[in-house]
Amino acid sequence: QASIRLRMKSVTVRDALNQAMDEELERDERVFLMGEEVAQYDGAYKVSRGLWKKYGDKRIIDTPISEMGFAGIAVGAAMAGLRPICEFMTFNFSMQAIDQVINSAAKTYYMSAGLQPVPIVFRGPNGASAGVAAQHSQCFAAWYAHCPGLKVVSPWNSEDAKGLLKSAIRDDNPVVFLENELMYGVPFEMSEDSQSKDFTIPIGKAKIERQGNHVTLVSHSRFVGHCLDAAAVLAKEGIECEVINLRTIRPMDVESIETSVMKTNHLVTVEGGWPQFGVGAEICARVMEGSAFNFLDAPVTRVTGVDIPMPYAKILEDHSLPQVKDIIFSVKKTLNV
Amino acid sequence: MKTMLTVISNALCRITGKNVGAQTVPEGARVAVTRNFADFTPQVTFDIKKCDLHRLEAGPPVKAELTREQGLQYYRTMQMVRRVELKADQLYKQKIIRGFCHLYDGQEACAAGIEAAISPSDHLITAYRAHGYTYTRGVSIRQILAELTGRKGGVAKGKGGSMHMYAPHFYGGNGIVGAQVPLGAGIALACQYRGNNQVCVTLYGDGAANQGQLFETFNMAALWKLPCVFICENNKYGMGTAVERAAASTDYYKRGDFIPGLRVDGMDVLSVREATRFAADHCRAGKGPIVMELQTYRYHGHSMSDPGVSYRTREEIQEVRSKSDPISLLRERMLSNNMASAEEFKEMDVEIRKEVDDAAQFATSDPEPPLEDLCNHVFSNNPPLDVRGTHPWSKLKSVS
Repeated sequence: QASIRLRMKSVTVRDALNQAMDEELERDERVFLMGEEVAQYDGAYKVSRGLWKKYGDKRIIDTPISEMGFAGIAVGAAMAGLRPICEFMTFNFSMQAIDQVINSAAKTYYMSAGLQPVPIVFRGPNGASAGVAAQHSQCFAAWYAHCPGLKVVSPWNSEDAKGLLKSAIRDDNPVVFLENELMYGVPFEMSEDSQSKDFTIPIGKAKIERQGNHVTLVSHSRFVGHCLDAAAVLAKEGIECEVINLRTIRPMDVESIETSVMKTNHLVTVEGGWPQFGVGAEICARVMEGSAFNFLDAPVTRVTGVDIPMPYAKILEDHSLPQVKDIIFSVKKTLNV
Repeated sequence: MKTMLTVISNALCRITGKNVGAQTVPEGARVAVTRNFADFTPQVTFDIKKCDLHRLEAGPPVKAELTREQGLQYYRTMQMVRRVELKADQLYKQKIIRGFCHLYDGQEACAAGIEAAISPSDHLITAYRAHGYTYTRGVSIRQILAELTGRKGGVAKGKGGSMHMYAPHFYGGNGIVGAQVPLGAGIALACQYRGNNQVCVTLYGDGAANQGQLFETFNMAALWKLPCVFICENNKYGMGTAVERAAASTDYYKRGDFIPGLRVDGMDVLSVREATRFAADHCRAGKGPIVMELQTYRYHGHSMSDPGVSYRTREEIQEVRSKSDPISLLRERMLSNNMASAEEFKEMDVEIRKEVDDAAQFATSDPEPPLEDLCNHVFSNNPPLDVRGTHPWSKLKSVS
């Protein structure tokens, strides 16, 4: 037991992302990183720390503040056979470039009937941070996951971050990789396997983070942690939650959700994004259309961000996003206890 | 021409001993002997217009050499593009082609001249007026027309249509105005990254010239010295808006600001060729990007839904046709310098028409793509995935 624990390593999400990029840059010389402050500044959030020093100007490229331009350049480079990682300082700024992500990247393989692949990764922090207010706090999971031709990935912990980013870089298709700024500094134990240079996590497969029989909690990114916290509290009251970490938003692993619901008969979705037309809404629709519907003992409950632009004052911001107590409350309501 | 035929006919008569005596050969009669190609001038040096220059000490040469072979090849290319576009017009009016159809007739010298100056290993990307470039970059006219008619034999299996045709080193065909410009710079970045001495020719129109993403691209291309030849095909109208109404500066060759530029007569295939060669050399020498403005003209409206006469006069169109048509210009140059015969051009025209008719025949008889193909090609190199159809019971399959 002791030896296994020794081989586990505490790694922050930031370092896991850094490792993933470092390993993939080393493995394939077509891979390169471009974005604002990624090179000499070591990354706005230090995710690319040390990479420019190691790989130089050719592989780690600082861009001017020109999202539409550099996203287009990255897509063009991918069309010509390189494997760019295009960083948006936050996904809020990706709106400037969203045409290149959707119309130039996502749709091209289809429009060309397979002649022109676009092996690109768009990555950066997504969703709310702390005190950055409305224009810097939006969650884009639902927007990007709406579009065929894109894969949309949303890691929670360090293992997710590393394994999924490596898969995204190795994928021959456009992948939108939604990180979370508040998670960058959070350390997680990483298994020995996950420290290997060939460690990847498949895109499109969810993970059961905690087994349970009474209710299924489905979440992505930071709120997986909130779900686990809620589950710990609820366990003291005899309510066992099964917590599913989606890991990938598109293609969504609906099967894992359905299998769980067929066991627990209750489903609560938890996300940071707005409720309308969101990830939870999609899960509701899919569960209704599929085999698990008949196993539901209650309607699906969605726990979401409040349907408003993000306010600045701390008390207001705290009340704009799902808190652990909101999840606990929703579980009990769903179970009618 | 008649005199020449008479001379040969008489010579033949003398040799064979038949029908001795001078004879007049009827106009257009076929002479039963192959023309002696030694009669033609094999190469001529033509004067071409001097280009307006921006931040350049010297420009392309003011003389261009043309061999007979080259001339015939450029003629063939331009005439083929012309006939394909006119056929597309016809098919569109018959409702066999639908949706968007942006025709290139009038601008042929641009596509032909550019291709003459670069090599197949160079790269090219353009916007939606793309049929000409699709051809010059190597796609057969059958595959072009069948893509327009939405058949499985189309270059994109019928899934792309007019604006989304692709080939090796040809990146379409792009529907969003101006979006292709950063893409082109990205392709140029890949060339620089690989150190392969290739360039990317990135085309856009006078309308797209006002898009913000162009200026973002110019900045990065210049900063990083990307081997990108930016070419503005200025056909004087952005859809229905004349350039003066859209641009505070219509000197498109200067709009790259810190990027050197040149303005070129886009109706003369030789001018286009020399300028493109000059521009590509500039990039290959590591001097960074360059902007080229080709002054050209489109006979059709913006697209098939635009008659093209509400914002310009028929007289203007007719004047360009009679004085500046790129195909006529080349033919007249070659004829007046005895580089080829009128018959040869006529024969080529007949051949080209037949090829286009055959291609149209294919394009109208080839079957539409099978429904099984509906969801394919969403992802590359991917295991098959399920795709939701129009209702929950419709479970479709997608393969790469």
